[in-house]
Amino acid sequence: MHESATRAAISVENLTKRYEKVLAIQSLTFDVAAGTTTALLGGNGAGKTTTIAILLGVLLPTEGRVSILGEDMLRHRHRVLPRMNFSSPYVDLPRRLTVAENLRVYAHLYGLRDVNRRLRELGEALDIASLMKRPLGNLSSGQKTRVALAKSLLNEPDLLLLDEPTASLDPDTGEWVRDYLRDYQKKTGATILLASHNMSEVERMCDDVIMLRAGTLVDRGTPDALIKKYGRKTLEEVFLDIARGRGRADEPGAVTTAAQ
Amino acid sequence: MTGDPRIHGKDSILTRASFAPVSLRRIGAMVLRYGYLLRGSWPRIIELAYWPTMQVIMWGFLTQFLAQNSSYFVQAFGVLLSAVLLWDVLFRGQLGVSISFLEEMWSRNLGHLFVSPLRPYELPIALITISFIRTIIGVVPATFLAIAFFDFSIYSLGFALIGFFTNLIIMGWAIGLIMAGVVLRFGLGAESLAWVAIFALAPISGIYYPLDVLPAWIQPVAQALPASHVFEGMRSILVDNTYRSDLMLKAALLNVVYIAVGFAAFSAFFRAARIRGLLLNLGE
Repeated sequence: MHESATRAAISVENLTKRYEKVLAIQSLTFDVAAGTTTALLGGNGAGKTTTIAILLGVLLPTEGRVSILGEDMLRHRHRVLPRMNFSSPYVDLPRRLTVAENLRVYAHLYGLRDVNRRLRELGEALDIASLMKRPLGNLSSGQKTRVALAKSLLNEPDLLLLDEPTASLDPDTGEWVRDYLRDYQKKTGATILLASHNMSEVERMCDDVIMLRAGTLVDRGTPDALIKKYGRKTLEEVFLDIARGRGRADEPGAVTTAAQ
Repeated sequence: MTGDPRIHGKDSILTRASFAPVSLRRIGAMVLRYGYLLRGSWPRIIELAYWPTMQVIMWGFLTQFLAQNSSYFVQAFGVLLSAVLLWDVLFRGQLGVSISFLEEMWSRNLGHLFVSPLRPYELPIALITISFIRTIIGVVPATFLAIAFFDFSIYSLGFALIGFFTNLIIMGWAIGLIMAGVVLRFGLGAESLAWVAIFALAPISGIYYPLDVLPAWIQPVAQALPASHVFEGMRSILVDNTYRSDLMLKAALLNVVYIAVGFAAFSAFFRAARIRGLLLNLGE
C-alpha cells in the first residue's frame, strides 16, 4: 500500500473554481509528495475548504486538473476513493447510530476484507472499544473525534485528508490525536494533507506547508524554512504576515518557494 | 490499477468489490444503515404502521355506513378500503425514499457518504430498497386489520394485487427520488416539499372516484399518472369483476418512464450539488 516517496500523491494543475461572480480559487498548481504530511493554510475564505472538496471529488472545479494517487480524480474518482479517506469536525456521522453501527456501515462501504477484525483493531488503537455500543450523539467531543478518526482510518488510506483534526479538543486529547496520526503516517507511509488553524500543530506535524490567500498559492516550504524566510519566530507570525498581505509574499498569485 | 495486488491482493485490507462499478455490498451497507436507524427506535416502527392502521379503521367504518345507504357500496364493499390501502403503498413508497434521504441531510452525513466509494446511483437503489421494507412494515398489518375488523381481504384482488402494488410503489419511488434530488440541490428549505409532493397528485389519481368524474381538461394529466390506471383497474375488478390488462400495461409503461426520470433527476441534482459545492455543507 505504500506509495513511492518520490511520486506525487496529489498533483493539482491550474485549478480554478468560480461560484457565479466569486472566484474561490484561481490557477492553483501544486504537488504533494507521497508519504509526507502537508498543511494547507490560509485565513477564512482563502480557498482551503474549496481545494479539499475538489480533492475529495465532491466539488467540480471550473477549470484545471487533479491527479490523486496517479489517477485523474475528475474522470476516475471511484478508482481512488477506496484508497483515501477524510475527517472533519464539520461533517458528522449519524448520531442515532452506535459507534459500532457507524463504523460497520462505512467498513462495508469501503469493502473491507475483514470488518470485525478491523473494528477490533481500531477500537483498541483509538481507545474506543468501550464506546462501541453507545450512540454517537451521546459521546463527548473528544470521543467523537476519536470515532471520526477511526472512520477515516478504516480502509488504511494511502491518502488522508483532514480538516482541522484537533478543533475543539482539549490540549491533551489534541496531542494524543497528533501522536496517533504521526505513528500512522510512519507505519503506513500514507500521505496526509491537513487544513488547520492551529499553527503549533502544523509546526510539529508537517513536512511541508502550502500557504493560500484569496484563492491563490502565495508561499510554500517547510515550517522552519518559512519562519526563517519571513524572519519570524513562529509559524503563526508567518501566517499573520501572509494573511494580512505583509512580508515577502504579499502579492496574491506571487508564488514563491522557501528552500527546503 | 484494478489489477494491482498491493491495492486489493490477499494481503490488502480492501477487496475487489471496493473498486467495482456496482457493489451489492455497498448498497447493502446503506440498507443496513437505515435498518439500524429503524431497529434502534421503536416509535419509528410503530409510526410506520400507525397511519395505515388509522386510515383503514376510519374508512372501514365509513364504508360500513355507506354500504347500508348506497347500492354502489353494497355492490363493491371493498372499493374504498382497497383504495385506502393501495394509496398508502404509493404514499409510503415515496415517503420511504424521501425520509431516508432526509435522514442523511439531518445527520449531515452526506459529505462522508460521497467521499466513500459509494456511487451516486447506489444510494437511490439503497433508498428504494429500504422504502420497500418500510412500506411492507407499514401496510401489511393494516391489511390484516381490514380482514379482522371488516371481513374484507385486499388479497381477494388476486395476482392483480402484485401488479397494483408494484406499479404504485415504483411511482412512489420515482417521485421520492425527484424530491430527494430537490432537497439535495436546494437544501432543507425544500424539506416540506418532500412531505407534501404526493398529495398534489392525489386529487387527479382517481383514488376514490373514477377518472371521468374529473373535468375534461385535466383528464389527460390524470391519464399520464400510473396511479390513475391502477385505481381504475382496481375498481374494474371490485365493481365489474373484470381484470383490465390494458390498464396494468399502461401503468407499467408509464412507470418505466417515471423511474428513469426519477434516477435521471436525482443524478442531475447530484451533479448540480457537486458544481455548487453543496455536498460538504448541507444541513440545517
